[in-house]
Order: sequence, then structure tokens, then C-alpha cells
Amino acid sequence: MRTMTNYIRPYLLRMGYGFVIKFFGTIMDLLLPWILAYVIDDVIPLKNIQMIFVWGAIMIVCSILALWANIFANRKASGVARDFTRDVRHDLYVKVTDLSSKQLDQLTIPSLVSRLTTDTYNMHQMVGMIQRLGVRAPILILGGVVITMTLEPVLCMILVATLPFIGLTVYLVSRKGVPMFSSLQRYIDQLVKVVRENVTGIRVIKALSKIDYEKKRFEKTNQTVVDQETKANYTMALINPIMNILLNVGLVFIIIVGAQRVNAGISEPGKIVAFLSYFTIILTAMMNVTRLFIIYSKASASADRIEEVLLKTKDLQVKELPVLTSDYFIEFNHVNFSFNQKELVLEDIDFHLKKNQSLGIIGATGAGKSTIIQLLMRFYDVSSGSILINGKNIQSIDEKTLREMFGVTFQNDTIFSDSVSENIRFGRALNDEQISLAAQNGMASEFIENLSEQYDTHLEAKGANLSGGQKQRILISRALAGHPKILILDDASSALDYKTDALLRQAIVKNYPETTLIMIAQRVSSIMQLDHILVLEEGKILAQGNHASLMQHCDIYRELAVSQMGGQIYEV
Amino acid sequence: MKFNAPKSANQKTLQKPKNTKYVLKRLSQYLLHFKWMILLAIVLAVISNVLALLGPMLSGKAVDAIELGKGMVDFKTVFYYCFIMVIFYVLSSVFSYILSILMVKISQKVVYQMRRDVFNQLMRLPIGYFDTHATGDIISKISYDIDTINTSLSNDLIQIVASLITVIGSLGMMIAISPTLLLVFCFTVPLSIVLTKYMTGKTRPMFSKRSRALGELNGFVEEMVSGQKTITAYHQEQNMIERFDKQNENAVTAYYRAEYYGSMVGPTVNFVNNLSLSLISVFGAILFLMQHLSLGDITSFVLYSRKFSGPINEAANIVAELQSALAAGERVFKLIDEAPELEDCQDAVVLENVKGAVAFHQVDFGYTPDRPILKKVSFEAEPGQTIAIVGPTGAGKTTIINLLMRFYDPLGGEILIDGQNIQSLTRESLRKNFSMVLQDTWLFEGSIFENIAYGKDNATLEEVMKVAKAAHIHTFITQLPNGYDTILSNDGVNISKGQKQLLTIARAMLLDSKILILDEATSNVDTRTERQIQAAMLSLMEGKTSFVIAHRLSTIQNADLILVVQDGNIIEQGTHDELMALNQFYASLYQAQYS
Repeated sequence: MRTMTNYIRPYLLRMGYGFVIKFFGTIMDLLLPWILAYVIDDVIPLKNIQMIFVWGAIMIVCSILALWANIFANRKASGVARDFTRDVRHDLYVKVTDLSSKQLDQLTIPSLVSRLTTDTYNMHQMVGMIQRLGVRAPILILGGVVITMTLEPVLCMILVATLPFIGLTVYLVSRKGVPMFSSLQRYIDQLVKVVRENVTGIRVIKALSKIDYEKKRFEKTNQTVVDQETKANYTMALINPIMNILLNVGLVFIIIVGAQRVNAGISEPGKIVAFLSYFTIILTAMMNVTRLFIIYSKASASADRIEEVLLKTKDLQVKELPVLTSDYFIEFNHVNFSFNQKELVLEDIDFHLKKNQSLGIIGATGAGKSTIIQLLMRFYDVSSGSILINGKNIQSIDEKTLREMFGVTFQNDTIFSDSVSENIRFGRALNDEQISLAAQNGMASEFIENLSEQYDTHLEAKGANLSGGQKQRILISRALAGHPKILILDDASSALDYKTDALLRQAIVKNYPETTLIMIAQRVSSIMQLDHILVLEEGKILAQGNHASLMQHCDIYRELAVSQMGGQIYEV
Repeated sequence: MKFNAPKSANQKTLQKPKNTKYVLKRLSQYLLHFKWMILLAIVLAVISNVLALLGPMLSGKAVDAIELGKGMVDFKTVFYYCFIMVIFYVLSSVFSYILSILMVKISQKVVYQMRRDVFNQLMRLPIGYFDTHATGDIISKISYDIDTINTSLSNDLIQIVASLITVIGSLGMMIAISPTLLLVFCFTVPLSIVLTKYMTGKTRPMFSKRSRALGELNGFVEEMVSGQKTITAYHQEQNMIERFDKQNENAVTAYYRAEYYGSMVGPTVNFVNNLSLSLISVFGAILFLMQHLSLGDITSFVLYSRKFSGPINEAANIVAELQSALAAGERVFKLIDEAPELEDCQDAVVLENVKGAVAFHQVDFGYTPDRPILKKVSFEAEPGQTIAIVGPTGAGKTTIINLLMRFYDPLGGEILIDGQNIQSLTRESLRKNFSMVLQDTWLFEGSIFENIAYGKDNATLEEVMKVAKAAHIHTFITQLPNGYDTILSNDGVNISKGQKQLLTIARAMLLDSKILILDEATSNVDTRTERQIQAAMLSLMEGKTSFVIAHRLSTIQNADLILVVQDGNIIEQGTHDELMALNQFYASLYQAQYS
């Protein structure tokens, strides 16, 4: 919650302004009964109808002022809530974009999504409500206490004495209830996860007739959520009745004590009557305060979840490291890597690539091919060893400079719901010509031009309206469009037919002479023409060299090549 | 999957008459299931509120006993009424707690039912719905929207009941005091109704807009966070932040607009009440001067008029919540009302004892009627044959599979299995006869065992291990800390795309179906592993009619029939040798592999 108060701070003045107006409006509301009392006690006895009308008019004026002030203040409050939420959500998203892959793995994507949405909605609601109800209620309570104090200090003490009990009730109940809401949120995340799985896997589910099974699975999480929410609400529902009993028992005490005092001649019955009406005002106000409290406790669970992300520190810091003179463009020096500090995913990866040399990586599934790329781009830091580009350790290159060297297409990369050209441009300052050139070289221009609105065609989220091959072509075009120093294609052409795949490689060699190509593939034919090839197995480099030397020295590589190309081996 | 819907498909669905009555009717259908519980809740609400309403009357009686003044207080009466008051208040509180519990129960039951209905509906919807709607949008309906309804149900219903009782109770009291003075309300009540109606009309669309804006934000966030790695790789954080800010701005502005008008309701109703008070003061004073009323009458009338209007004020606060609930309800019901996958035809038969003969006769299809994907496609496959479908991307290969499994229905022509039109079969029995491995592997969060055994009920560990071995994934699984019990987490880094595909191959191997679909089934498996599982794949295909889509022509050379698809037509069909001899498109594709 602490970080959230920092977000409120800039708006304190505006909130204060709203509070003053709200205060004014509440006072106007409070004035009305006072005027009525005055009319009854002092104006009516004069039997002057004109004066009655004058006071009636004054009451109406007060009503109008109260109307104006309350609407005005409410709108101010909504404005503050809006600006606050905008800030929080903005910073949260900025933070999310700044998280390292490791942190993303830990927090998980669905959970981040719900923090950015549901949790910020809760905050929005709370900040608005607190301002709208939070001023009026205390004023009514305070005003009530002050007036009763002047009326009858002793009876007032009884009233004041009940307040700590109320506070204690609210505190105890919410201390039990709030954690329940936090765990509720976790169950809701689980529910959302199940729904997401079902939406994305609907084809498989239908094909395997697992609908009933999935229904049962959903029912189970649905039941857990409902049970937890019921439990949490049962607890929170205790507050109101307990408060009611406390306040009303206090009221009874006031009558009894008041009766004694009237009997003793210290007090008058009229004061007790007045006391009772103020008591009602205070009761209603207290009710509103608890309502606020419930909203607050719900929101504080959300606030904690938001804060957890906001307080994450950047974990891939740029370090000051000496620059070595080196003949090589890209170097991996005895790199070891592990995701979880336990089993090594990559072991002793050591290779050196000169400027303009191209690199191919081939190997079994799970051999660690993609991980090499993730390390090179510094999504993760190596566990030991070092990675250098132009003699500079990548840990000493600032993120922007480092990332701008790359054009990359990952396995299963993302198509965004936007136009074709925006998907290729991807926010960079590239003109239409550069886009269509990239599409041409990425083998995408042909199918794009056959789309209904060509480059303006809107693509669905995740490229739902494209085939696998079409997606890959757009992604490759995206990677090419920036004329990167290093182009990485991680299994990026697996859905392309051989002919297109070959044409793509030719286009890259011909039109991007300054670009160092790194290609991960499962087909020997995709990488055989590259200058340097790593054969990976179980996280280790089994052999490296060019196609010809690997054909000679590496059995596994030769086996692969033969099996894939039916014995037609071409020397390069 | 392939789909070329016009981009407006998403936006169009949002425009719909805002039908409050309809939403209310649908909501009440849910509540009707719990009519006895609701009745009990209403009884409890009545009792607890009547008890609370009696409180002031009792305290009045006690005060009367005090009023006699110094030394004359009737303590016996005071204690008597105080005692009754305590009992009444305690009872009222107890009842109100029971009431809360009951309402939580009811609303949770409704929410449970509603979530279930939405989910079941999702399971009934045609594949086309998922191809055209963003996942985040669907999810926001089942979580955020239903949650909004939930909040409203559990809080607002009691409030409304309580308000009604208080209003009726105090109205009765006021009639008893002075029917004449009650005439004031003839002016203010209609005024408040008109104002409320006016404001409701104004705020309702705002709340719908808010719902929509939040849905869009959900979709956007989902997309962006999932694509985070790509964004980082291209260093587009700043750019995405700007786009996010725009979405964020839309969301908070829509929220603000809704509140801007929504928060007028409370003060306005309050204003009407204050107006009533002013009028009561003036006319009460005049009536008093005409000696139609006593001072005490005016005082109690004012007190009761406060009680009378207080709940109306409260109810007005609820209006805002109710409105967002209605807007949310509209979105939820719209999903529930979405046309489900067409019912199986009435005399649909269960597909049994399949041999596996498949035929397409003059099949036409397009995802939208104006954009044909397949044109008059015909071919025949005999039981046990392997049919390979090749062709450039976008030619319609996957569409053939979509039609075969009835994820979509053809616009013309017919598809036959063992001579029966597949539209005359029950979908479930039809699909049960297929097993498939797709390019987009799908695994769920569950153990590896559960994932492999997914298609076969009561599969044993032995069976699962057998297919895992055949799919060459067994060794990998046993190396995991928990072996077959390892939980696959959605975003887990512990398993590669190729391994995922091997798991789905193992899953398919476990099935006992006559027709097999391999849509780029080994595209993510490296060739070495692919060769190792070749034998297993062959035994998987044995005795089954298999449809194979693959880019690696080496895997399809041995097919009994190769269909070469281009631009929605089958331009060549035959065996590998026949097509090579033909020396046209297929031959050129084949040769291009090794260029």
C-alpha cells in the first residue's frame, strides 16, 4: 500500500480542493435541519407567513448549493481517480516492459495481465469511492460529535466510548478477511488460466471429445473460487451487524443515563431528543465508513499485487567491463547457463565468429539452440563464461544499443493485432518503401498483395487470420526491415516450403551483405551454406565448422544430411 | 489456423440495442432457481428492517417517560422500553447477518451457474467464434463482467429490499400524521423519478462504453504482455508504452465519463430530498399556523420524511452499480446467446465401425462466402491409405482438415466417410474417429501423464509409457525431477516446442481411431528425432486412413495419393512417381528442395 500513497501524493492539492467543496456541500446539508429547528422555534411563533417563505427560499438555496457542491466534488474525485489510475497503470506497464525474462517467468504472464487489468480496476474504484464517501462521512461524524459535545458532554462521552469498540471490530474482522481476498485472487487467476487453455485449445478439445472432461475441470476451479469468495464474504459481513449492536446499545445507554440526569435536573428531555437524531446521523456515517473499509481491504490486496511488480528491481544491470581488442565479431567464451541454478542447460559453449560470417545452429529438440540466442540478446545472463560482441562484453553494453543490433524472429513469435505494414514496421521509423522491400526479401510480398487491403489488411491478434507460413514470412520481414547488424532466425522458416526457404536465403545473402546471419534450423539444407555451423546436443557443442568439414568429421551431422536429402549431397 | 475474416467482424458485434428489460429478464431467470432462498431472504430483510424501524418509536416512548422532568422520570417505563430496544436491535442485527450470509450464498450460486453457462457455451460455440474473437475479450466476460454482476447481486438486492420496507413503513407513518402535508411528495417524487430516468438514460450507454473500453484494454494487455519478448528484442518498449498509454487513456476516460454522470445521481436525489424538507418546513409551518398540525407532528413528520428519502438516496448510489452490472450482463448474455455450433441433424446417426473411406465431392468453401478458399474440390481415399496434401502456404490445405472434422461446414458439395455424408453423423462420433497432431501444439497445465492420456479415458501408466517410448520422449520425461508427474506450466521454460510436439504425437498414438490427421506434425521436431520416431509414426499410420500435411516432401513420398493444392483447387493428384512423371508443379516443388 505504501507505494500507492506515493501515487496519491501529487493529487493531494486537487483532492484537498475537492474536499473543501465537498465540506461546503455537507455543511449545506447539515444546515437544513438547523434552519428547520430555527423556523419551528423562532419564526413560527411570530406568525409571519412572509418570513416563513423567506426562510423556505433560503433552504432551497442551500439545497441548490449542496447539489452543486456535491456534483462538483464528485467529479473532481472521479478526475483524481482517473489520473491516479492512469499513472499507476502506466508505471506498471512500463515496469512490465522492463522486467527481465527471468522475472517474467517467475511472475507468469496471466498473473501480470490480471495485475494490469483487474487489480488496477479495483484501485480505480477505491480511490474514487474514498473521496466521494470518505469526506462526507468523517464530517458528519465529527460534526455530530462536536454538536453533541456542546449539548451534553456526559452523554457525548458515552457516544465517543463506543467508537473504539467499533474500530476494534473493523480491525479484527478485516485482519482476518483481507488475506482471504488475496488468496481468492489467486484462485481467480487459476480459473482464468483454465479458460485461457480451453479457448486456445478448442480444436484439440473438440477433436478428442473432451468437452465433458473440460467442463468438469472448469467446474472444479469454479467451485473453489465460489467457496473461497463465500468464506471471505461471510467474514466481512460480520462488520455491519456488530457495529449496529454496538451503536444501538450505546443509544440505550444514553437514554438510561439521560433519564438519570433529567431526573437529577442536570439535563433536559429536549436535549436527549436532539441527541437521538444526531446519533442516527453518526450511525449512517459509520456505516459508510465500514463500506469504505471493505472496499479498501479488497483494493489493498490488489495494491499489494501491483506493488510487488512495481518494486521489482531491474535485474540485468549494465556493468563497467574492459573492452578487449578482438578479431572476432561474436564470441562465446566457455559459456555455462542454467535457468534454475541446478541443471545446466548449456555447457561450455565456445565459438568465435568473424565479421560477416554467418552462423547456423542445428541440433535435436531441447538441445539448447534457442537458449544460445536468448543469451546472446541478453534475455538472461550467463551463469559463467562470457559473451562478447566486437570485443565488448554484452553485460557492459546498454540495452538499447545491444538490442538495436538485432533483427530477430523467435520460434512462435508474436503477430500483433494491427495492420500488415505496422506488424512489419513494428514502431520503427521506416517508410513504406522500406516495408515493402523487407516484405519482398522476406518472401511475404506476394501473399500480402493478394490480401483484400494489401499492406493495410488488419491482422487478428496472434495472426489468427494467417497460416503458419504466412505468419513466418511477416515475422521474417519484420526482422529484415531494420537492416540489422545481426539477423537471427530461430526456426523461422519451418513452415515455409523448400522453394521459398531457399529463395529467402538467397535474398538475404544478396540484399543484406552487411548483416551477420544466425540461423537455427532443423533442416540441413537451411544452414548448409552458412560459414560456421554448430551441432548441438544436450546443451553441448558436439562439433563445429562448415558444412564440408562437418560432413567429413561429424557422424551425426552427416547422418542428418543424408536422411534429409535422400543422399543427394552437394558440396558447397 | 487459417482464417481470412474481414476485420470488421470484431467491431460489428458490439453494436446492439441496449435492452435493459431483456437483461433483467435473463438475470431473473437465474435468480428464479433460488426462489425459496430469495423468499427467505426477503422475509429476513422485512423482519430485520421492521425491527430496526420500530427502534425510534420505542426510544420515543422511553423519551416520553423522561419528559416529565426533574424528579418525575418514570424509570420503570424507561427500563422497560430500553430492554425491548436492546432485544429488538440484537435480533435485527442477527437477522441481518443471516440475511447477508444468505445473499452471499445466493449470489455465489448464481455466479457459479453463470460462469458454468458461459463456459459450457464456449464449449458449444463453433470454431469460427474463437478464430474471430480475442482470447482476452472472452476471458474478461467470464471474469470481470461476471464479477461485476456478482458484486451488484450480493450488495444491491438487500439494499433494495431494505429501502422498500423503510420507504413503505415511513410512508405509512406519515399518512397517519398528516395526509395533507404528504401532498409535498406529489411534487418531489415525480420530480425525482423524472430526474432519475433522465440520468439513467444518460449514464447507461456510458457504462456500456466503459465495459467495452475495459474489454479492449484487457485484450491489448494480454497481447502485449504475451509478446513481451518480441517487444524487448526490437527495443520497442517505448513505442508500446505509448500505445498502451493510448489504450489506458481510453479506459480511464470511459471510466471517468461513466462516473462523471453516474456520480450526479446521488447528489441529485439528495437535492430532491432537501427540496422536500424545505417544502415541508414551509407548508408545515403554514398548516401549524392554521392549527391543522401540532409542533410534535411536524417534528416526527420531518423525521419520517428523512427516513423515507434516506433509502431513496441510498438506492440512487446503487443505481450506478446496477448499471455497470446490467452492461456487464448484456455482454455476458450476448456471449451465451451466440449461435452455437449447429445441432446435429435430427436423424443424425452415430458413426460406428469405421473402415476409413473418405471422399470429397465438389466441395466449395470460404470462411466468408465472398472469398472462396476451396473450389469444387473432389478426391477419394480408400481405407488405410495415406493421403498427402501439399501446396504453397495459404492454398487451403488446413481448410480441408477443418472441413473433414466439421470445424466448419462446406458451402457446397459433400464430404463422405464410408459413403455417409458427414453432416448426417453426430459430431462427437465423427470426431472420435479422428486422431490428430497439429503444428500448433496444445498442452494444458497438468502432469505429463494427464497430457498424454488426455484423449483416452482410463489410460494406464504402462500404456502412456509405451507411447512415450515410441515417440522418443520417454527418456526426457524420466529425466525430469517428477517424471510423468511433472506439471507442465503454461509459460514454463522447462520444455521445448519440439518436445511439446512429441508429447502430442504420443497423445495421438494412444488413440484408437481410424482416421489420422498429421498437420505439420513434425515441423518442430528435429530431423534426427523425426527419423527415430519414423517407425512409430508408421505404426501409428498403419491401418488408418491418414491425411498428412507436410513441407518436407521426403516424408510424403510414400503416400498412396498426393493432392497438390493451389489457389483452392486440386491441380494435380496421384502418387509421387506419377506426379514426378507429370513433371509439373509437384515436380518443381520437389526439385526446389535441393536447390
